[in-house]
Amino acid sequence: MRLEVLKAMNAARRERRAGAVVTSLADGEQRFVEAAALAADPLSGEIEAALRMGKSGVVTAAGVDYFLTIQAPAPRLTLIGAVHISQALAPIARIAGLDVTIVDPRTAFATPERFPETPVLAQWPDEALADRPLDRFTAICLLTHDPKIDDPALTIALRAGCFYVGALGSRKTHARRLERMRAHGFDEATLARIHAPIGLDIGAVSPAEIAVSIMGEIVAALRKKPLRSESAAA
Amino acid sequence: MLTREEDVLAAAEAWREAGRDVAIATVVETWGSAPRPVGSHLVIDGDGNFLGSVSGGCVEGAVVEEAGEVIASGEPRMLEFGVADETAWRVGLSCGGRIKVLVEKLD
Repeated sequence: MRLEVLKAMNAARRERRAGAVVTSLADGEQRFVEAAALAADPLSGEIEAALRMGKSGVVTAAGVDYFLTIQAPAPRLTLIGAVHISQALAPIARIAGLDVTIVDPRTAFATPERFPETPVLAQWPDEALADRPLDRFTAICLLTHDPKIDDPALTIALRAGCFYVGALGSRKTHARRLERMRAHGFDEATLARIHAPIGLDIGAVSPAEIAVSIMGEIVAALRKKPLRSESAAA
Repeated sequence: MLTREEDVLAAAEAWREAGRDVAIATVVETWGSAPRPVGSHLVIDGDGNFLGSVSGGCVEGAVVEEAGEVIASGEPRMLEFGVADETAWRVGLSCGGRIKVLVEKLD
């Protein structure tokens, strides 16, 4: 691989742009194709399909095998609320490969002492998320129990198409949340994307157990495979 | 050390920029129950240091060895690994799968 090709791919990764390295398995010739510049490439159809699946693999065109190394942005997790659950969820998510950021305007919660290894922004969500925009490769959890903090983040997350949106709170709390979101003009299909009550139903009790149940739900959303229990029900 | 694919490729770039010889190994095809998905990378330097994995540990030793020769010759190689043959000295995958690994020099 030429260093320029690797550099182009790594730069796209850092800037959260999708693309693919195309390697001819016949002569080793290589190029990096940005998703944004796909139309001009002779393998645009094949690359587009692989990008959509997020899967690297071999494709054949005009009798030649090509290997496509797909690069999709690394998944991120934004936690609204520097709360007890976040103290467990941040390290669990990091081990699972997500870049974690915590946002909480309450300076008593948002301290580096409570989160020694995770970036904590002591800002309101609308400020923090303006600097670090959400996208469809980002998961978000609303964990403060305070609509003043959670709701603005939720509206931004729904508009950004985050691949996972989870909200802490009982069914009653969530029903009131849905009412407020309807007042913002969100339709039922969009609101159905909110995971609430948050987390897989594994009987979690402690903050760490709840964090595990949330992590499981995020992985399921990322990999897009229905749970065995859901497939059975369908 | 836990590393993600992008950390592995970032390391390859950094190693090369620092003047080290580097080879990149990529899983290009798998059959059966292979331990690492297509697109997984192992990067190797001229001294045999490596980062990432193509099989979760079963064939890394052999890939690192081949990488040394790829670095020396500059010619890419396609390697195939299958089930370990108990009667031979070959390395293999205990899981019963087969994988194809492309090893290329970074230049």
